[in-house]
Amino acid sequence: MIEDRIVQILGEIVGSTNISREKADKITHSYDATQQSYLPDVVVYVKNTEQVAKIITLANKEKIPIVPRGAGSGFTGGTLPIMGGIVLVLTRMNRIIDIDTDNLTAIVEPGVVTGQFQKAVEKLGLFYPPDPASLAFSTLGGNVAECAGGPRCVKYGVTKDYVLGLTMVTPTGDIIHTGGRTMKNVVGYDLTKLFVGSEGTLGIATEITLKLIPKPEAKKTMLVYFETIDGAAQAVSNIIKNKIIPTTLEFLDAATIDCVRKGSGLDIPQSCHAILIIEVDGDADILDKQTQKILTIVQPSGVIDTRIAHTHEESEAIWAIRRNVSPSLRKINPDKFNEDIVVPRSKVPDMIRAIEKISREFDVPIINFGHAGDGNIHVNIMVDLKQDGMKETAHKALDKLFTAVIEMNGSISGEHGIGTAKSPYLNMEVDECTVSYMQTIKRIFDPNNIMNPGKIFSRDS
Amino acid sequence: MNTNKSLDDYTVEIQECVKCGNCQAHCPVYNVTHREGGVARGKIALAASLLAGEIKLDKRLREDISLCLMCGSCVNKCPNKVPTHEIVGAIRREITESRGLSLIGRAVSTVIGHPKLLKTLAKSGAVLSPVLLAKVPSASGLRLRFHSPVMQKRTLPQVTFTNLFERYPEFIQGDPEKPVVGIFSGCSTTYLYPDTGAAMIEILKHFGYSIYFPQSQVCCGIPALSTGNGKLVEKLAATNISSFAKHSVDYILTCCASCNGGIGEHYRSMKGDTGNFTDKVMDIHVFLKKQGIFDLIEKMSIWENQTRVTYHDPCHLKTQGITKEPRELLNVLPNVDYVEMEGADLCCGLGGTFSVYNYDYSKQIGARKIDGLKECGASQIATACPGCIMQLQDSINHAELPITAIHILELLEEALKDRLT
Ligand SMILES: Cc1cc2nc3c(=O)[nH]c(=O)nc-3n(C[C@H](O)[C@H](O)[C@H](O)COP(=O)(O)OP(=O)(O)OC[C@H]3O[C@@H](n4cnc5c(N)ncnc54)[C@H](O)[C@@H]3O)c2cc1C
Ligand code: SF4
Ligand code: SF4
Repeated sequence: MIEDRIVQILGEIVGSTNISREKADKITHSYDATQQSYLPDVVVYVKNTEQVAKIITLANKEKIPIVPRGAGSGFTGGTLPIMGGIVLVLTRMNRIIDIDTDNLTAIVEPGVVTGQFQKAVEKLGLFYPPDPASLAFSTLGGNVAECAGGPRCVKYGVTKDYVLGLTMVTPTGDIIHTGGRTMKNVVGYDLTKLFVGSEGTLGIATEITLKLIPKPEAKKTMLVYFETIDGAAQAVSNIIKNKIIPTTLEFLDAATIDCVRKGSGLDIPQSCHAILIIEVDGDADILDKQTQKILTIVQPSGVIDTRIAHTHEESEAIWAIRRNVSPSLRKINPDKFNEDIVVPRSKVPDMIRAIEKISREFDVPIINFGHAGDGNIHVNIMVDLKQDGMKETAHKALDKLFTAVIEMNGSISGEHGIGTAKSPYLNMEVDECTVSYMQTIKRIFDPNNIMNPGKIFSRDS
Repeated sequence: MNTNKSLDDYTVEIQECVKCGNCQAHCPVYNVTHREGGVARGKIALAASLLAGEIKLDKRLREDISLCLMCGSCVNKCPNKVPTHEIVGAIRREITESRGLSLIGRAVSTVIGHPKLLKTLAKSGAVLSPVLLAKVPSASGLRLRFHSPVMQKRTLPQVTFTNLFERYPEFIQGDPEKPVVGIFSGCSTTYLYPDTGAAMIEILKHFGYSIYFPQSQVCCGIPALSTGNGKLVEKLAATNISSFAKHSVDYILTCCASCNGGIGEHYRSMKGDTGNFTDKVMDIHVFLKKQGIFDLIEKMSIWENQTRVTYHDPCHLKTQGITKEPRELLNVLPNVDYVEMEGADLCCGLGGTFSVYNYDYSKQIGARKIDGLKECGASQIATACPGCIMQLQDSINHAELPITAIHILELLEEALKDRLT
C-alpha cells in the first residue's frame, strides 16, 4: 500500500489527472502480452525527464517499487508490477525530437511507437531497420529495454546496433547521458550498451539517440512453400553458404501454417509443411537477379511453389501473415509457453528435430516459427493449463528444450528478454560467477532495489 | 423478439483476447489518449474483471467504457477477432440497466423512439441551427447526436425542409424482370441529407429496379446502442424487421454505413431469429457492383473537367471488409479523378454518440485525417456514410480547407445527370 501522502506528492509532480489509484486503472495496467496480471498500487503517466527524475527520487527515498511501462507488449513479464508499487507509463512521452538528415541520426522520446518512427524517417529517405513483429504498437523505449530484434536483423542487426546514446534516469533519480550523436565514441565506459537490454532494471530511458541508414531503394518479398521443414532449413544453409545475406529469412513450420492457413487469404497447398519468407533489398536493378539466384539455390530442397510479391500491398500481405502468427496460436490451445531460443545458424535443423522429439515425448503441441536466418526460433509450447499436471509437464518440456539449446551452444532468449518468465532458467545459461557480477552492477545502480524489482534475477539466483 | 446479448454471452470471446496489444495500432481513441483504458485490450480486461466480480461499474470504468467509438477498427485487425465493439455495447447496457439512462441517452431515446417527434423536430429545420439552438427542446435525437452545449463549435450542414419520406411514395414499380429493392434510409439520410437518399432512389429507378420504401421504418438503433439503451434497440429492430416483411423484397439497401452496421451486423449478433432480414441487407455500392452497374459506368465517356476526389473508409463498412467497392466506383466514374489519401481508413471520430460526450477527443481523432487530405490534393472527399460526411466536413472546416465532404452517390448522380430526369 502506498500512503496518501505519497500519492499527494506524485500528483503534484505530474498533475492530478495523470495519477490514479482507481481499480479500473490498476486493472488496465496490470498485464502485458504474457497475459499474467499483478495489480500496481498507483499508475502514473509522465510527460518529461524531470517528472521521471522527481518520481524516482521520491520512490528511492520511500523504497517504493517502480515499473516502467511502454506499450505493454512484452513477452517475458518485464512490465508486470509483481511487487506492486508505481507503474510509470511512458506512452505520452512520444515526441520525435529531431531527425538529422545530414548526420543520419534521430532523437526520440521513449514512447514513440516503432512503426510510426519508421514511417517518419522513411518519408525522408532514411531507414531504421529493427522490426519486431510488434512494431505497429511497441514503443522504442520498450525496444531499447528488451533489445528487440526482428526479421530484418539477420542483415541489419538488432536494436542495440542502432542506439548511439541515451538519457537515463537512474534508480537513485540522477539524470545521466550516455554516448552521443557520433558513430564513434570511446570516451569512458560504454554505458549505452549496458542499458540496452537491461529490461528497465537499471533506470528509465527518457531520450534515445538512434542511428539511421539510407533507405534501400527497393525490396522484393518471396514466399516459398516447402515439402518438409528439413528442406526449408537446408535451403537456409544453402543461401548463406552461397554468401547471400537476404534482408529476412523467416520460417513457419507445419503447425504454424495450420494456424494461419484460414486467415491468410492464400491457398497454401496441403502438402506444404514449411514456409520461408525471404526478402532482399538494395538497388532495384540487382534485385531481380538476386531473387532468381535465391530461387535457384533453394529449388532442390523440395520446393512446392513460390510467390513473388510485385507490389507493396502484396508484400505487406505476406508480412501480415507472419505478424499474425503469434497471437493466432490460441486456436490450438489456450495457454502458451513462448520461448525465443537461438542456436548457431547451422544447427537449426538439429534443433527443430530435437523440438519434435520433445513434443512427442511429452505429448504437447509445439509450434515453431521465427528467424531462420539468425537461428532465432520462436518455440511455442501450447497447452491447456486447466488440465491436471499440465503445468509440470510444460516445465519439464521447457527444461529439456533449454538443455538442448545450451548443448548446441545456443541461448535461451534472442530478443524477448528474461523478465519473470525466464528468470528461473538464467542460471542454466549464465554461470554463477557471471550472474553475480550482473547482480553487483544492479546493486550499485539500485541500492534499494526499487527499479523493476524481481526481474531478470529470480529470487533465488 | 430479438434480444441483445448480455456480457455473460461474451465470456468465451473475452477469454480469447491474448493481450498482444495489436489493437493499440488501430484504435482511434488510443491514438489520441495513449492510455490503456482507451484501447480494446484495456476494455476487455475490464470486461473480464466485471465477469469475475473483481470490479463494479464504478466511475473510472464507466469513463473508459464511454471512450469507445464502437467503430470495430480493433476487431478488424485483432488476430482473434475479439468483438470489442459488441462487448462495449453489452457493458453499456449493463450500466444503463443498473443506473438508468444518461441525460443524453434519455434524450436520444425520446426522439428516435418516437418517429413522429423526430419528423416534427427535423422538419422545423431549427433543430440544427446553432442560432435557434437555445429554443430547441433538449430532446432532439439528431441534435443530440451531433450537437450539445459542450460542442458549440461544431459546424453543421444546411438543413433541407422536405425529408425523404415526403419526396417518395412507398412503392415505385420498375422493370418486372429486375429485383425489388427495399430502401432503408436511416435518420441522417432521411432528415439531414435527403438529397443523398434521393440520389440513391433516382439511380435505382434509372436502372429499372422496383423500390419498396416503407414509411414505418424507424432508426436503425446505432445511437441507442451507443448509449446502452438495449430495450430501445430491441424495439427498433422489431419495428424495422416487420416493416420490411410487409412487401416481398430481394434486397434491403442502405447508403449509410452506420445503418448498414446497425440493421445488418448488429441485428445479426442479436439472439433470436431475424428471418432472412439480415441476409438481404446490402450496402448500395456492393449492390451496384454485383448488378454489373460499374461496368456500364466504365463505358461512359470521360469528362474533360474531372474533379479530384479521394475516399474515406467509414468504419462500419471497413470492418465488414467493404473497402474495394466504393473505390472501384470512384475509379470508374467519368467525372472523377480518384486519388487515394494516406490515412483513408482512419476513423472520422463521430462514433454514435461518442462525439457528444467527448467532442474534444472526437475532434482530435477527426483532425488526424487532415494531413493526408491536404497531401493528396483532392477538392472533395467522398464517403459512404452521412455521419462521416458531417464529421469530416466539421474537421475540414476547422482546418479551414477548401474541401467538401460528399456521398459517392451524389457523384454518381452527377455522372448520370443527363440520363436521370
Ligand atoms: C504479437 C507480438 C509480437 C512480438 N514480436 C517481437 C519480435 O519479433 N521481436 C522482439 O524482439 N519482440 C517481439 N515482441 C515482444 C515485445 O513487443 C518487445 O519486447 C517490445 O520491445 C516491448 O516494447 P513495449 O513498448 O511493449 O514495452 P513493455 O512491454 O511495456 O516493456 C518491456 C520492458 O521494457 C521496460 N521499459 C519500457 N520502456 C522503458 C523505458 N523507457 N526505459 C526503461 N525501461 C523501459 C519495461 O519495464 C519492461 O521491462 C512481440 C510481442 C507481441 C505481442
Ligand atoms: S488485438 Fe485482440 S487479442 Fe490482441 S490485445 Fe487487442 S483485443 Fe486482445
Ligand atoms: S471499437 Fe474502435 S474505439 Fe472502441 S476499442 Fe475498438 S478501435 Fe477503439
